[in-house]
Amino acid sequence: MELAKRLCDTYGPAGREGAVRALIKAEIKDYCADIAVDRLGNLIAHIPAKRKNAEKIMLCAHMDEIGLIVTHVDKKGFLRFTNIGGIFTERILYERVIFESGVIGVIGVETKPETPKQPRMDNMFIDIGAKNRDEAEAMVRIGDIAAFSQSAMVLKKRLLAKALDDRIGCYCLIETMRKVKSHNDDLYFVFTVQEEVGLRGARTGAYAIAPTYALAIDVTDTGDTPESSKMAVSIGNGVAIKVKDSGFISNPVVKEKLVRYAQEANIPYQLEILEHGTTDAAMIQVVKQGVLSGVLSIPTRYIHSTNELCDISDIDATVQLLLQVCKKGLSPS
Amino acid sequence: MLRELSEYIGVSGGEQSIREFIKEQIKNDVDEMIEDAYGNLIVRKGNVTSPRILLTAHMDEVGFIIVGIEKSGLLRFATIGIAPQVLYAKRVVIGKKAVPGVIGHKPVHQTKNEETEKLSETKDLFIDIGVSSKEEAKKHVDIGELGTFFTEFREIGDIIFGKAFDDRIGCYMLMQVLKKTDVPLHCAFTVQEEAGLRGARIAAYRVNPHVAIAVDATASGEWPEEKDVPLYPEIGKGPVITIADRSLICDKELVALLEKTAQKHAIPYQFKKPMIGGTDAGAIHLTRQGVRAVAMQTPARYIHSPLAIANKKDIKAGIKLLTHSLENIVQEEAQWS
Repeated sequence: MELAKRLCDTYGPAGREGAVRALIKAEIKDYCADIAVDRLGNLIAHIPAKRKNAEKIMLCAHMDEIGLIVTHVDKKGFLRFTNIGGIFTERILYERVIFESGVIGVIGVETKPETPKQPRMDNMFIDIGAKNRDEAEAMVRIGDIAAFSQSAMVLKKRLLAKALDDRIGCYCLIETMRKVKSHNDDLYFVFTVQEEVGLRGARTGAYAIAPTYALAIDVTDTGDTPESSKMAVSIGNGVAIKVKDSGFISNPVVKEKLVRYAQEANIPYQLEILEHGTTDAAMIQVVKQGVLSGVLSIPTRYIHSTNELCDISDIDATVQLLLQVCKKGLSPS
Repeated sequence: MLRELSEYIGVSGGEQSIREFIKEQIKNDVDEMIEDAYGNLIVRKGNVTSPRILLTAHMDEVGFIIVGIEKSGLLRFATIGIAPQVLYAKRVVIGKKAVPGVIGHKPVHQTKNEETEKLSETKDLFIDIGVSSKEEAKKHVDIGELGTFFTEFREIGDIIFGKAFDDRIGCYMLMQVLKKTDVPLHCAFTVQEEAGLRGARIAAYRVNPHVAIAVDATASGEWPEEKDVPLYPEIGKGPVITIADRSLICDKELVALLEKTAQKHAIPYQFKKPMIGGTDAGAIHLTRQGVRAVAMQTPARYIHSPLAIANKKDIKAGIKLLTHSLENIVQEEAQWS
C-alpha cells in the first residue's frame, strides 16, 4: 500500500493537480509509451490495441481532491477562505491544512455566542501562525488553495487517508496498467482534473478520446456505520458495481458485463445505488454522440472528510475486475 | 464611444442593435466578420495559426421581459439577471420602440407597516407606461418584449456613470485591442452571457481556440463590512485578474502570464475575490478538448443595477494589459506543459 499512501498524501486540490500528475506519470512511464497531458491538465495514457477494429475503452479516475481557497487575509494574519468542491464545515474544524508551497495551517472558528452551532465557512479561518497581515501575506496570498494534510496509514486490513476520493481510483488504474498482460482493445487510462468542481476534466478528456466505452473508478458511500443512512454497500464486501447515482444511470449492458466478469472470476462485488453524489461517468456518457458508461466504486467511509477509510480487499477486487475488462473488453457478446 | 455602448439596449436574447453598432465600429479593423446562428459576432484579425487565441466580451446586459398586460394597462414582467431590490421606482425603456416607463408599486400611503419592512419582490411590482387600458398598452408594447433601465451616461474626469458596463466595457476593450494589436486573433462579442454563458459556448466551438480570455466587468467589493476583512477589488486600482470563480479555475499559466506582464509594464492590477460569479471563460474552457482560459475584468460598483460606476484608468490599463499579454502568449504558449 506504499504507493496508495503516497498518492493520498500528495497535495492536489481541484485545479492544482500538478504534483499528483507528476507522481502518477513517474509510476506509469514504464508500462506505457504514449502519455500526454491535455490543456486542462488531464493525464492520458494510451495502450494501443493489438488487433484491428478495436474499441476504445476509457478508464478514468480523478486526481483532484477537495480544498479551501483563501479569500482574505485579516489584520492579525488569519486567512478567510471558501470551498473548492464539497466541504462540510463540521468535518474540517481544527484540522491541519497545507498549501502548495508547504505552508501549514489549522482551521479555527469564531466563538461568539451568536456563531451558529454548525459554523458557516465565513465564521471560520485558517491560522498559519503569522503575527499579522504582513507576515501572513509573505507566506500565502489570495487565491492560494489548501488541502488537508493528514498522513495515510494502514489500520489492519484497511486504509485510512485523506483524499482516498479519488487517489484510490488512481491507484487502481496504475495497478491495472502494471498488471495488464492481455488486452484486445484500445485502452485509455485517464487521470482527470477538476472532478470535485463539476466533472470538468472528464468532459474535455472524453471529447478528445471519443471512446465507445468508459468506466469511472471512484469511491462511494457506505451504509455500514452505526445509525448511518441506509445504503446496501459495506466496506470489505467487494468492488461496488454502480447501478445508478443522483446524476447517472449505468448502461445496463456494461453493468451486466461487469457483474458477469466478477462472477466468472470469483471477484467479490456488490451492486451500488448512491442517492447523493455522482462521478465523472455522468459527464462522459453525454459527450459527443454518447459513451456507453459504467462505474466501479471502492466503498469508503467518511467521504469528504479529512480521514476517509476503505478496505484493502475492495481495492484488490477493483483491480481484478479492471483486469478482466482489459482482457475481455466490453462489447456485447 | 463608451456612451453609445452604455446607452444601447441589448438585453440577453435581444442584442441586435448593439451588435450592429459594434459591427459598424470595427469593420475596418478586422479581416473576417461572422454573425453566427445564435447572434454572436465573431471576428478574425490577421492570419491565425498557432496559438489560436480567442478574446470574448458579452454584448448582452441585464433587463426584463414583459410577461403579461393587466386590464388596467399595467405591465407584468420577469427579470433577467436583476435582483428585485434594485427595481423599485426605476425608469425603464421597453422594446424596439423604446417605450418609456417606470417600475410602479403601491404608494407608501397605502402600504401597511409590515409591507414596508419587507423587500419588494418582482411579483409585487409592475411597469407603468402611462396608459389606462390593456388595449392602449398593446399599441406600444407586446408580451415577450425586452426592456431595461433608462440611464444616461455621464462622466466626471476619469469616473464614468452608466448602465450595462457589464459587459459593454469589455466590448469597448476588445474593440480597442482590435485596433492596436498586431497579434493574429479571434474576438467574439457574445450573446446571452447573463442567461447562462450561452453564446460563448457556441462561439468557442466554432473558433476552437487554444487560449481564451474572457474580458468582463466585475462587482467591486467596496461596501463596508463588519469583520476585519479587506475590501477588494476597488475601482481605480487596475484591472482584475480572476484566479477561480464559480464557473472555472483559471489556467495557472495564464494567470501567471497576466501578472508578469502587468508587473513588467508597471500596469496596476488586482485579484478578484475567489469563487464569486462566473464569466464566459467558464463555458469556453470546457469546449471540445479543453481550452486554457482566464477572465480579466474591470471593476465597477453596482453592476446589475440601473447605474454602475467605473474608472477609465482601469479600462485603459486593462487594454494595455491585454495588448501586451497577447504578445507574451504568442511567445510562451508552446512551452506550457
